[in-house]
Amino acid sequence: MSTTLAGFADPVLEAQRCFRALLEAMSRPGRVQRLATGLEPPSPLSQAAAAVLLTLADSDTPVWTDAGAGAADWLRFHAGCPLAAAPEGATFLLACAAPPPLAALQAGTEEEPHRSATLVLQVAELQEGAGWRLTGPGIESVHRLLVKGLPDGFLAAWTANHARFPRGVDVVLCAGDRLAALPRSTRIEEP
Amino acid sequence: MSEPTSPLPAGIAARRRWMGVLARASAAEIAERLGQAPPLPPHQRLRGPETGLAMVRGRQGGDGAPFNLGEMTVTRCSVRLADGLVGHAYVAGRDKQQAEWAAVLDAALQNPALRPALLEAVIEPLATAQAERAQRDARKAAATRVQFFTMATMR
Repeated sequence: MSTTLAGFADPVLEAQRCFRALLEAMSRPGRVQRLATGLEPPSPLSQAAAAVLLTLADSDTPVWTDAGAGAADWLRFHAGCPLAAAPEGATFLLACAAPPPLAALQAGTEEEPHRSATLVLQVAELQEGAGWRLTGPGIESVHRLLVKGLPDGFLAAWTANHARFPRGVDVVLCAGDRLAALPRSTRIEEP
Repeated sequence: MSEPTSPLPAGIAARRRWMGVLARASAAEIAERLGQAPPLPPHQRLRGPETGLAMVRGRQGGDGAPFNLGEMTVTRCSVRLADGLVGHAYVAGRDKQQAEWAAVLDAALQNPALRPALLEAVIEPLATAQAERAQRDARKAAATRVQFFTMATMR
C-alpha cells in the first residue's frame, strides 16, 4: 500500500473547510457547493469526491470503491480507512461508474438511522435552476437541480430510498470540484 | 548493536538498516552529516510530517500473551522525489525535521546513482557513532553489574 500522490497539503484546515462545505450541502439539498482544494487526486477520482473521502473516512469507516487499485491505495494511505470487500459492509462508497443498488447498502435501523452508508457518486455535470424538482427539509419551496451522467434507474431507486425514512442512504453527487448532496429526506420529482 | 538476521532480500535488508540508523539519529546529527554530503534532490511532501501515538505491544518470553506496554510518540513523514521515488520515515519523538530528512534520505538512498555517496557521507558515520554510543553505555552498565550466586554454587 503506497502511493505517489499527495493528499491535503494542510490536512487540518482543508478537511475543516471541506467538512463545512459538506455540512452546507447536506443542510441545503441540491445546492451546489464548490470545493477549492489544491488536491491532485488519482484518476478517475474527481477533486470533490477525493476531498469528501479524505474528510470523512478514517480507520473506523470501511470504504468501498470501484475506482481501481490506484485510487484505493491512495485512500488507504491518506485516510487510513479499511477497504470493504462488498458494498454491504461499507460506511462510505465511492462510485465512479454505476453504483451498487441503494437497497443493498447499510440503511441503519429505526433506532439508529445514523448507522447508514453514504454514497459518493461521481457524475458528469451539476447545474442548478433546471432539471429535477427537489422538495423536503432544507428547501423553502422547490429547488431545481440538473444532474448529467447519472446511472439509469437512479430516480426509481431514490424514491424507494426516500420511502423508508428514517432509514436510508444519503448521496453526495460530485462533478469536478463541485458537489451537491441528496439526504434521504429529499423528495425528487421529474420536471 | 547486532543487525537483525532475517531471510529478507538484500535490498530490503539494506533499506531497513539505513531507516533504522536514521530513526536513531537526531536532527542535529543528520544536519551535521548532510553538510558534508552531496545536496539532496528537491522533494514534495506526500504526508506529514505529523506526530501521533503508537501503541507499543510486548510479549513475555517467546510465547507469552501479548500485552500493551504503553503508548509512545511517533512522528512520520512520506515524501516523493522528482524522479518518482517515495521515501518513508517513522521516528520516535516529535522532531518533524528529523522525520522529513529521514524520509528524503530514504527516498534518495533508493536511487542507485546517489546511494554510494550518501551511504558514505551520512549513514556510515551515523552508524559508527551509534555503535560507539551503544558500546559506551554497555561498558558503563557492565561496570555496575552485580553477580548473584545461589547457595548451591557457593557450597
